[in-house]
Amino acid sequence: MAFLSTLFSQVINGLQSGSIYALVALGYSMVYGIIMLLNFAHGDIIMVGAYVVWMSTANFGFHPIVSILLAVVVSTTLGVVIEKVAYAPLRSSPRLSLLITAIGISFLLENGFQLIFGAGAKVVPDFLTGPSVHLGSATISFSAIVTIVVTVLMMAGLTFLVQKTKLGKAMRAVSEDMGAAQLMGINLNTTISFTFAMGSALAGVASVLYLSSYGQASPTMGSMLGLKAFVAAVLGGIGSLPGAMLGGFVIGMAEALVSAAGLSVWKDGVVFAILIIVLLVKPTGLMGKPMTEKV
Amino acid sequence: MKKFVSVALAATMALSLVACGGSASSAASSAANSTASSAASTASGEGGTIKVGVLANTSGDYAIYGNAVKNGVMLYINEINGKGGINGKQIEVFDYDDKGDPTEAVTAFNRLVDDGVTAVIGSVLTGATIAVADESYAIGMPQITASATAAGVTVLDPEDPESEVRTNVFRSCFIDPFQGEKMAEYASQELGAKTAAVIFETGNDYSEGLKNAFVDKCKELGIEVVSEEAYTKGDVDFKAQMTTITSKNPDVVFCPNYYQDDGNIVKQARAAGYTGTFMGGDGWGGVAGYASAEELEGSVYCSGYAAGTDDVKTFETAYKDAYGEDVPNMFAPLGYDAAMLMCNALSAADDQGLETGSDDYKAAVIDAMKSTDGLKGVTGTYKFDQYNNPIKSAAIMKLEGGKEVFSEMF
Repeated sequence: MAFLSTLFSQVINGLQSGSIYALVALGYSMVYGIIMLLNFAHGDIIMVGAYVVWMSTANFGFHPIVSILLAVVVSTTLGVVIEKVAYAPLRSSPRLSLLITAIGISFLLENGFQLIFGAGAKVVPDFLTGPSVHLGSATISFSAIVTIVVTVLMMAGLTFLVQKTKLGKAMRAVSEDMGAAQLMGINLNTTISFTFAMGSALAGVASVLYLSSYGQASPTMGSMLGLKAFVAAVLGGIGSLPGAMLGGFVIGMAEALVSAAGLSVWKDGVVFAILIIVLLVKPTGLMGKPMTEKV
Repeated sequence: MKKFVSVALAATMALSLVACGGSASSAASSAANSTASSAASTASGEGGTIKVGVLANTSGDYAIYGNAVKNGVMLYINEINGKGGINGKQIEVFDYDDKGDPTEAVTAFNRLVDDGVTAVIGSVLTGATIAVADESYAIGMPQITASATAAGVTVLDPEDPESEVRTNVFRSCFIDPFQGEKMAEYASQELGAKTAAVIFETGNDYSEGLKNAFVDKCKELGIEVVSEEAYTKGDVDFKAQMTTITSKNPDVVFCPNYYQDDGNIVKQARAAGYTGTFMGGDGWGGVAGYASAEELEGSVYCSGYAAGTDDVKTFETAYKDAYGEDVPNMFAPLGYDAAMLMCNALSAADDQGLETGSDDYKAAVIDAMKSTDGLKGVTGTYKFDQYNNPIKSAAIMKLEGGKEVFSEMF
């Protein structure tokens, strides 16, 4: 029984960290789906969101709801600005230039924040507090419940948006064939900006959930998180939204279960081994579309 | 021929640097130095001086450590000189900045040898110190470091317990494994622990060194280590590891990491339902801001220096008077203790009436250092083990009401 309740706790741990990976992976997948760019600055947008929450709760004493909204707004704006300033001018350049620009933006944000706020972690006071749920001898913390529920809701909302709305239709059209979509009268700039805005808003939400679980913001927090979310996106099939979600949960669960088996030394090793295996065996990922290289 | 010229040039530069050395130090110490050297010149008529070299990285990345050590060392030497020196002989300091670089450190050490020093205090960073130790061991120069914690400073091969010891090299600080052993003993004797778990950062020498020592000592003391969990640099999610540890419910969890991670680990362990005691090494200093008071309550860690206690008050006041700032970290008191140990050994050697700077004199200094027993410094009471590492008590700091307070010497 004790074993079962521990296992149950580990599954919840896995779902909680997996939810955050999933939200971040969604951002990767959306952007990749539309302009074939691995946006390596995505993890750092989460970092910026986390600093916004820290500034507004710890420094200015704003109400948690206000800080959450601020974090989402700032992340969204930042995502769109980065797209306009750094990526849009390179839209017709080789994809490698875009990738390198993304890495550059990532370094710029990390080192910029290190310069302004110092290298140390900033502590964010608990701002999402509520009752934990007890199931037998296992406890599910409030932050775990919020994280999992919010992620599922976000996923549902995003699916609705992409499948049922006009903008979603435009996004799908652009990802299918940019040139043809433009000929059909779809505004490319608006659609791409909208995609970045959505992805970054999800990053903003992820930063809030991240802080509710871990309570510290640091300039380099986005890099490992971003890498693992990238593995999740590749595992699920990059470009596929349900795939990103699935990948996030699988990575989170894998980490938790590896630790549960007493092999925590191998935790990161397992995550990146998954990446290698996926790339070797099924490069399109679990739910990705089979790739036909356009000539 | 070219080589000869360059050596000659280097020597000239070294000489000119010595001239600058004194004036470049901070205002307080240079004032003290000038009185010391004037006293030295008068004293040299009768007793001469004892030349001591000081190596520290006073510029570069980790200058904060180097400056603290040098300030601590100079504070003690100025005090001794102010009291009339050793047997009427003033201590004449030759100090060089090695920039924390092993090559620079060896060059600086060779300059000190040319200057004719009897003993060397330094260096500060581990790499530079080991480089100097190789040279000093070859010529039997007494050396003490205040801060290099790696086992390989005083022994040639730290992996081999039978390894040759650099008999001339000593240190005033703990070595990394020492803290792990101390905390295992503390868990057994003071907390009555029967079971323990550890969580450490893989690939971090400090963390792994402490963890290995802790686990080994636990086995020796009959504490069962029920779980060894790991994480990698940059991880923030410890929930899975803490759930595993909680399910085994050990009496103590040893957490030999740096304070930011420690705070997070404690937070997530409490959320997972763990109610036992956390223990750590000196990396815990400053942890209080990273988890709540209730979560940290009762946690203990060991430190090289119990700031703010009665024993160190005299030192703290003297430091502030001399440099106009508070003691910045534990390296200043360790530097002070290193200088004290060295001066104590010099004085014992000097009593034998040998000629300063001679090989016999140096050998006598090393012997005297080796037989140090019960010398009380700022950071503890000194005695050296077979590997020339200090056997001294550690300050146990306890988390009480969200504050890190000194609990006891252990």
